[in-house]
Amino acid sequence: MNAFIRDVSFLSAMGVVVLTAAIVFVLGVAAAPAFKAFGWTFFVSDSWNPVKDVFGALPAIYGTLVTSFLALLFALPVGFGIAFFLVELSPPFLVKPLRVAIELLAGIPSIVFGFWGLFVLAPVFQKYIQPFLIDTLGSLPLIGPFFEGPAFGIGILTAGVVLAIMILPFLTAFLTEVFKTVSPLLKESAYALGATRWEVLKSIVTPSTRASIAGGIMLALGRALGETMAVTFVIGNFHRLKLSLLAPGTSISASIANEFNEATTDLHSASLLALGLILFVITFIVLACGKASVALLARRERR
Amino acid sequence: MTSFSKNVKALLWGVLFVSLALGASASTGDICGAGATFPYPVYAKWADAYRKETGTGVNYQAIGSGGGIKQVKAGTIAFGATDKPLEESALEAAGLVQWPMVIGGVVPVVNIDGVAPGGLVLDGATLAAIYLGRISFWDDPKIKELNPALSLPHRLIVQVYRADGSGTSFLFTSYLAAVSDAFADQVGAGASVQWPAGMGAKGNEGVANMTVRTLGAIGYVEYAYAVQNKLAFVKMVNKAGKTVAPSFETFQAAAVHADWASAPGFCLNLADQPGEKSWPMTGASFILMPKHPANKRNAEKALAFFDWAYKNGAEETRALDYVPMPDSVVTLIKASWKQIDLGEQN
Repeated sequence: MNAFIRDVSFLSAMGVVVLTAAIVFVLGVAAAPAFKAFGWTFFVSDSWNPVKDVFGALPAIYGTLVTSFLALLFALPVGFGIAFFLVELSPPFLVKPLRVAIELLAGIPSIVFGFWGLFVLAPVFQKYIQPFLIDTLGSLPLIGPFFEGPAFGIGILTAGVVLAIMILPFLTAFLTEVFKTVSPLLKESAYALGATRWEVLKSIVTPSTRASIAGGIMLALGRALGETMAVTFVIGNFHRLKLSLLAPGTSISASIANEFNEATTDLHSASLLALGLILFVITFIVLACGKASVALLARRERR
Repeated sequence: MTSFSKNVKALLWGVLFVSLALGASASTGDICGAGATFPYPVYAKWADAYRKETGTGVNYQAIGSGGGIKQVKAGTIAFGATDKPLEESALEAAGLVQWPMVIGGVVPVVNIDGVAPGGLVLDGATLAAIYLGRISFWDDPKIKELNPALSLPHRLIVQVYRADGSGTSFLFTSYLAAVSDAFADQVGAGASVQWPAGMGAKGNEGVANMTVRTLGAIGYVEYAYAVQNKLAFVKMVNKAGKTVAPSFETFQAAAVHADWASAPGFCLNLADQPGEKSWPMTGASFILMPKHPANKRNAEKALAFFDWAYKNGAEETRALDYVPMPDSVVTLIKASWKQIDLGEQN
C-alpha cells in the first residue's frame, strides 16, 4: 500500500509539471505565426483589426495590468482592515459570522460578479462616481488625462472595482492567517508598554509578517490577472489604447473569451493564443516576484 | 522511480478501457452539427420538432462560425454552419458544399429622449458616420435632415457594439462597408472588427441592456431580439431611396431580389439589396457539408433533416421572427446537394 501511495503521489506531482510544460509548448507553437508576422510590434502596437489581419497586444496588456493594479489598490486596505479587525478587535461572537460571509463571497461564480457589475455597479458609476471624477480630477494637470470623460459607466475603473471585490476574500483569508502567526508575547508586551492598537499594527504586526504579506499580495495579483468573465462584462471591450481609467478598454483574457469562437483566419487565432502566452508570462513574472520578495524580506529579517 | 507498482498499472489500464468505451458509445445516434450562433434559435426549434416527428435527434452546438468551419473541415461533425459565406475558392480547397438555410435581419436600436420605436430614420451613410465617430451629437444637421419632424436633443452619441465575434456584427458591418467607402476602408466587414469609437457589450442581451441604460446610445441587435424586447428600432432609407421598417416582409423582399442563381456556392451577401421594400441589413446563414463525407450514413441523415426543415420548418421560422428561404431558392439548393457523395444508395 505504501508503494501505491508513493507512486500515485509521484505521478500526480509529475503530472502537473508535464502539463504546465505541455501547455507552454503548445501555446508557443500555436502563437508562433503571430510573433513571426508582427515581431516586436505585436507588443507595442494598439491596432487590433481582424478584418485586415493586423494585431497588436498593447491595449490588452495595458488593460490587464491596470485593472489588476487597481483591484489591488482597492482591496488591500480593506482586506488589511478586515483581517486586523478579525484577529485583534472583533468580539468573539462576531468572528464566525464574518469569516463565513467572506468565505461565501469567495464561492460566488465570477459571472454573477459580472452581471452585478453591469446591472448594479455600472449605472451608479455612470450617474455619480464618474461625473464627479471627471469634474474634479479630470481638469487637473498630470493626472487629468487619467480621468477624462465621457461617463460610460463601464470601463477600466469599474473593472478594477469588481476585481477588487473578487480578490478580497482570498486576500482577507490570507492576511488573517498571517496575522494570527504573530507571537502574542510581542503584542501583549507592546500593549503593556502602553502602545495603541494602531501602533501595534504599525510597529509589531506588519513588520513581523512583511514577507508573508508580500507573498499574499502577489498571489492575489495573480488571481486578478487571469479573471475573465466578470471583466468582460464591465471593461467595455474597446481595442484601442486610451489612458483614461474611465474609458472602455480590454484585457487579455476578455479578448480571448470574446473572439476565439469567431476567429476565422489563422493569424487571428494565433494572435489570440499569443495573448494567452503573454498572460502566462506576466503571471509567471508576478509569482516569481512574489517568491523573490518573500525570500529577500525573510533574509533581511534574519539579520 | 524505476518500477511502478502493479496497482498503478492496473489503474492506468482501467482508465484507458473506460475512456475507449465512452468514446465509442458517443459516436452513434444523433446528427451532429456546430457553428453559427445567429440561427441557433431556429435550428434548435427545428431539431426539437424533427425529433418528435421522426425520432432522429439533431445535436446543434452554437460554438460560433469560426468553430463550425474548423470542425466541418476536420470532419468531426456532419454539418457546419456559418454566418459569413465562404468564397468559392475556399469551398473548393476544403471540398465543401455550401447553401443558405435561413434569413434574418439586423436592426439598429436607439435610446434618445422623446424618440419612440420607429421614430428615427437613418440612411446608410449617416449610420456609418455615426459608427466611425464622425457624427458625435444627435442634433447633427445630417440626422436632422432625415428627421425634420423630430426635435432631437444635443446629446452625445454612444456607440454600442458586439464585443464577442458574431454573425450579427458581420451583417451589420457588411452593410456599412457596402454603403460607405470610409467605413470599408477604416473598419471593413467581419465578425469582429476594430471599432473606432464606442464600447463593446457581450451578446444581443448585452448590447440591448447597454443601449436601454445609456441615454444617447445606439446599438444593433438581431431583429427577433429587438421585437421580443420592444426596443426603439430605427427605420432605414434603403438602396431604392425608400424608408422601410424592419419586418418579415422587408427581409423577404431583400432575399427575393438577390441573384442566387449566379452566385457560386450561394456566396451572396444580402446587405443593401435593390428593391423598394428591401431591408438593407439582411443576411442568410449558411450550412457547410463535405463533398465526400467520411460517414455517408450521417450525411444522408443530415440532408433528410434539411429537406424536412425546408418543407415543414417555415412556420417555426416565422414564429421566431426569422425568414424561411424562398421556394425558388430551395429548388436551386436541393440541386446543389447532388455534389455530395453519399455512396451506394440502398
